[in-house]
Amino acid sequence: MLGEGILKGLAQTAKNFAGSYVSEERLTTVQYPEERLPVAEASRVFPFLVFDGSEWLGGMRCVACQICEKECPPKCIYIEKSKDKKPDYVGKQQFYPVRFDIDISVCMSCQICVEVCPFEAIKMDTAFELATDDRFGGLLLDRQQLAKSNEYYHSIHPTEASEVDARLDEEKVKAEAKAKAAAPAAAAKPPAPAGGKD
Amino acid sequence: MSIPFYLISALTIAGAVAAMTLKNTLHCALALTIALAGIAFLFLGLDAQFVGFAQILVYIGAVAILVVFAVLLTRSGESLLPAKRARTWLAGLAIAAVTFLVLGWSVLASLYGLPNETAAPSVTMQQIGNALMGPYVFPLEVVAVLLTAATVGAVIVAMHEKARNK
Amino acid sequence: MAATFDQIFILFRNWLVHFLPPAWQPAAGALLGVIGIVAVFPGLFALTTLLERKGLGRMQNRYGPNRVGPFGLLQPVADGLKALTKEDVVPFNANGLMHLLAPLVMVVTVFMSFAVLPMGRHMELVDMDAGLLFFFAMGAATELSVFMAGWSSRNKYSILGAMRAVAQMISYEVPMLLSSVAVVMIAGSLSLPKVVAAQNHYTGIFPHWYVFTPWGFGAALMFAIAAIAETNRSPFDLPEGESEIIAGYHTEYSGFKFALFFLAEYLGMFALSGLGVTLFMGGWSAPFSFLTWIPSWIWFFAKVMLAICVFIWMRGTLPRLRQDQLMNFAWKFVLPYSLLVLLVTAFWRFLPPGWERWVVCTVILAVAYVVMGRAAFKLKRVGPRSYRYAE
Repeated sequence: MLGEGILKGLAQTAKNFAGSYVSEERLTTVQYPEERLPVAEASRVFPFLVFDGSEWLGGMRCVACQICEKECPPKCIYIEKSKDKKPDYVGKQQFYPVRFDIDISVCMSCQICVEVCPFEAIKMDTAFELATDDRFGGLLLDRQQLAKSNEYYHSIHPTEASEVDARLDEEKVKAEAKAKAAAPAAAAKPPAPAGGKD
Repeated sequence: MSIPFYLISALTIAGAVAAMTLKNTLHCALALTIALAGIAFLFLGLDAQFVGFAQILVYIGAVAILVVFAVLLTRSGESLLPAKRARTWLAGLAIAAVTFLVLGWSVLASLYGLPNETAAPSVTMQQIGNALMGPYVFPLEVVAVLLTAATVGAVIVAMHEKARNK
Repeated sequence: MAATFDQIFILFRNWLVHFLPPAWQPAAGALLGVIGIVAVFPGLFALTTLLERKGLGRMQNRYGPNRVGPFGLLQPVADGLKALTKEDVVPFNANGLMHLLAPLVMVVTVFMSFAVLPMGRHMELVDMDAGLLFFFAMGAATELSVFMAGWSSRNKYSILGAMRAVAQMISYEVPMLLSSVAVVMIAGSLSLPKVVAAQNHYTGIFPHWYVFTPWGFGAALMFAIAAIAETNRSPFDLPEGESEIIAGYHTEYSGFKFALFFLAEYLGMFALSGLGVTLFMGGWSAPFSFLTWIPSWIWFFAKVMLAICVFIWMRGTLPRLRQDQLMNFAWKFVLPYSLLVLLVTAFWRFLPPGWERWVVCTVILAVAYVVMGRAAFKLKRVGPRSYRYAE
């Protein structure tokens, strides 16, 4: 009969209405600032720069190769390469970024910078409460603000971070072995070919 | 003759003039609405509640909306074509003048037939209803038949449209 | 004592007015009445927005607003402040004057329709002989303002929303008028206080409300459907269907003008609920004879708020109709059924009082409802959705 379905629907909503006062578990709302859902491991918001050890500038993995700057679709990354060099995690002398800025008001969280980075230096963060009342300065993050420790990386993306660490360790071992093998040869042939990333 | 009467009359006439002279068709339609509302207020000023409210209900609620709809469905809101004078403007003027003369003459003539000082008749809704259902039931039924015919005609037009689309 | 409390607002008005010279008293009294209406109903509107959001939330197993003030009670204040401080944007191509006038005309006409509602014993602003007609005349003017808003915004969505709104309002105004005419036939008057007076009798403890008669129930049902459609509320909220046309005729409105539209929508709900309550549910009369000591205005507002709750409940339950379903429902079910109700009302009027007319009228209406409902389902005119193009 006409209207039967409407009555059924009205009964359902009435049940919801009354039930929400009786049983709290019906309510699906998470009262956000006080209550929070755990952040999923695979979630990603904006990129950050990983550094090893305790000192952010010294341990920074980024070598200012500027691949991410070139690949970034909305062009939100700005890098200035250093004139001098510092040793990287293998101990090899590398350039480092004097300036590394990401404008997160432009960034579209596409993760392309992460995928192109050959040094595992840039990763995606899970922090999402980035609102600020300064829409120019506040949203332009410099290298210090972007630098997060490897421990932090482990805490937000444990699986991914262990994989990355394993890969880096493997490379380090390989590089050391290569260096050892190359050492006698280097004594014989003075100009050793530089290149640790293959 | 009081100040409200003159104000409302001025508004009505202004609305009517605007309805004839404005360029944008929709503006004309809305100006016409003002004129119709003015007439309704004149009725209300004469203590003719039923006619006044019926005027608002029918002319503003239905006729004005119909006009506006028709304008919108037939062409875009504003026609940018330059206004052209119709070739039959002289005939139109003559017809308008004759209509005005006849109306004016009949009003003036009826004025002489009436005694000068008559109290405004107070008619309640009940009396109107009784009159419609009593002495005037035949005209009422004729109007009803007319409207039914119009409704049936509208339905047939709509059906025709649908059948043609199939 | 109860009588004093019943007439407290009237007595207060008379006391305020008696300070003035006698020549000014009627005008001042009317002005005070207007101030009362203009103060009370927007206040009720603020309350209702909160009630609606809380109620809808609970129906959807959410909390609803609970941040501003205790239990979110100050939410309307926050909303009002937001509306006041927002920038008032007028589109570049819009027709400025009409863009400004549309919300004003709408609010003014809706407010005017409150003038004839009896909100308590002797508590009507004007006891017009043609009160009901006045109410509907003001409703007709609302349609025009909707149209003005849609057209003056110079926006496709606005004009679509306005066309939908006007088509819908015209379609549902017919059954609404017809079901009101049924009441007028029995009460014998277009004046709303007289309609209430006609219902303010009791058999035993039960009142003579029209909704408790077969024809009155049918008419009230049709009136309720038409009223929901007339106020553009869900499930008939096509004129402002958010998912299709953003906000319909008020898409291009912001800030205070938008707030005015919002206000007008809720005031329209109050006005139509008030009218429905007056016509079918005895207006300010008490539901049982032993409850008449409670002031009449409390009953009126309690019934109006009850009707508003039903509006909200409907909104929480039903999905939006499609335009063709809406029109088919109006012209092929609601209108014929309203006409039938009118016919049955005439039977009721002229049959001798007794149980026979109850049986006759009930049977006719119930059978017609079932048959028409079945037919409508069968012919796919109303009823379950069919997805011709989606498959």
